Amino acid sequence: MSEEIDNSKRHFLTVATVVVGAVGVGMTAVPFLSSMQPSARAKALGGPVDIDISKIEPGGLVKAKWRLKPVWVVQRSRAAIAELPKNAGLLRDPDSAEPQQPGYCKNESRAIKPELFVVVPICTHLGCIPLYRPEPGDPSIGPTWPGGFHCPCHGSLYDLAGRVFKNVPAPLNLPVPRYRYVNDKVVRIGEDPAGSHSSYRQPLIW
Amino acid sequence: MSNETQKRDFIDVTGGWLHQLRGWIDARFPMSKLWNEQVAQYYAPKNFNFWYFFGSIALLILVNQIVTGIFLAMNYQPSATEAFASVQYIMRDVNWGWLIRYLHSVGASLFFVVVYLHMFRGVIYGSYKKPRELLWIFGMLIYVALMAEAFMGYLLPWGQMSYWGAQVITSLFGVIPGVGNSLMQWLRGDYAVSGITLNRFFALHIVAVPLVLIGLVLFHLMALHEVGSNNPDGIEIKQHKGPDGIPLDGIPFHPYYTIKDIVGVTVFLAIFAAIVFFSPGLHGLFLEPANFEPANPLKTPQDIHPLWYFGPFYAILRSIPNKALGISAMGLAIVLLFLLPWIDRNPVKSIRYRGALYRALVGAFALTFIVLGYIGMQKATLFWAEIGQRVQELYFLFFVLSWVYTRPRSRGFLVGTFLAVMAVITLFDWLAWDPGIARLKMVSWLIPGVYCVIFLLLPAYFGKLLEPKPVPERVRFK
Repeated sequence: MSEEIDNSKRHFLTVATVVVGAVGVGMTAVPFLSSMQPSARAKALGGPVDIDISKIEPGGLVKAKWRLKPVWVVQRSRAAIAELPKNAGLLRDPDSAEPQQPGYCKNESRAIKPELFVVVPICTHLGCIPLYRPEPGDPSIGPTWPGGFHCPCHGSLYDLAGRVFKNVPAPLNLPVPRYRYVNDKVVRIGEDPAGSHSSYRQPLIW
Repeated sequence: MSNETQKRDFIDVTGGWLHQLRGWIDARFPMSKLWNEQVAQYYAPKNFNFWYFFGSIALLILVNQIVTGIFLAMNYQPSATEAFASVQYIMRDVNWGWLIRYLHSVGASLFFVVVYLHMFRGVIYGSYKKPRELLWIFGMLIYVALMAEAFMGYLLPWGQMSYWGAQVITSLFGVIPGVGNSLMQWLRGDYAVSGITLNRFFALHIVAVPLVLIGLVLFHLMALHEVGSNNPDGIEIKQHKGPDGIPLDGIPFHPYYTIKDIVGVTVFLAIFAAIVFFSPGLHGLFLEPANFEPANPLKTPQDIHPLWYFGPFYAILRSIPNKALGISAMGLAIVLLFLLPWIDRNPVKSIRYRGALYRALVGAFALTFIVLGYIGMQKATLFWAEIGQRVQELYFLFFVLSWVYTRPRSRGFLVGTFLAVMAVITLFDWLAWDPGIARLKMVSWLIPGVYCVIFLLLPAYFGKLLEPKPVPERVRFK
């Protein structure tokens, strides 16, 4: 056996040990980092919520809670739906260009069926919960009010499709959660309709 | 009588056995060696002034936070249903619980007061400059760890402001393209801030971050004792050593500065105690009224703002109308502080010998920071957002000007920088033009305008304002 030190062999062994060690440390870190993800229980509690919509009268509102957030289901009257296109010029984002709703709700009424509006009523300004003010010309807002949502904190206004008006502090439309119709009487919050793509970026205010 | 004989006398008086014990330990552990190297024979400049109290006071507060924190953890319940009540339990039913909690909450705020003063000392005397860059970086890392520690600790009382503060700050991560939402969910461990988040913040607050902090403090001190302390004259005392190898302008840290620091600690503790006993919430500044209401995920407080020590950065975040840009600006505000040693490369360290304008600039920077802190505590109105944007421009201008003042500049360079800076500011105004506040925007444009006239145009025509004074060879007393 030679007495000479084979430096290149030493170097190789050092590098190999460091690399293997680093891979080991990285893999060991996985369970720890993964343990910080939502647990099975948190996921279950954050699962879909069913809402009975059969008893909502036109203009009425049903409140639910999903993932610690309020969800409102509004039964829009025929007249209110007819009003929606007229607001366009007054709105910041009338065509729902910002991803504040799932793709299947990117339409005039921001809903799967125009008569039923599902929304997370959290003001996109600073997160207050707006008031539901469906009556046109509501005296607390003004004679030109077309009906919608009014945030009492800093005066942001949204129409009945949760679209934000111009010249108010809120920057974005109210977020619409993913939801689907289980049948004619039940809406399930937190699931996409069958067949629709779930390419849903979470709204910014979440 | 020399230092050495004094020491021997002391040991002899205690009867010899103590001397033997020391010898026994020293043969097995470098006790005397550590004591001498780090304290008794660590030579610090003899001209330390008022500003040099805050390092040791910060260490004292760290000890206070750890000790009071341990005793709070004995009675606190980190769960969404119990947390708020357990804090009230500590306040009402635990013997002296109110005192321990107030020592912890007031201590947290005073920690930031002291750290800000300590950092300002570094800025005015150029203590971040070569060879103390790493010392400064360790200090900045301590500051960032401290911010994380304070942020997570603030969630624990589980009040309304705790909850919504955490909600807002964790949602900042959501803007990161691609991974933002999953990262946010990973940080919270749930789809919104919940009891799960509270639990992990508790673990991080009482174990992980304190360990990191203690480690960083040790590194900070080791780096300090390696390069030696700077001083109000910004002169390296190691350049003038006596025949015994001891700096001529140095005195041993112990007993000279330990005794001096005791004076500072006494004054500090008097102030600390006055706040703890007479006004622990300091009119909503140290404990916010909204936080005396239990956390409610379905009800947002009217106005969300963090405690005062995050005010400046919160003002920067809020005053930029674009969320992602606001977050980047806030991050940049901290990153630039890290880079200060490489931005201000003027060879003159201490403000005492820098030009008149640099002294004014540092004063203006301190004022900027305070005003930003004030704005961060105000309601988010359009007026404060606009003013915040202007003052924030002054914050970033400090770094530009520090770089400009690194060496003598020609008139053309100064005028050119002036034009470039004003062009960038005007461009931003143009991009974010809002006819609703056009007048406010145009009037407030004068804030950075006048600032740049003073700090860039003035020296272009009165070069004297930037000329440094001769730096003395040896330290002086003032």
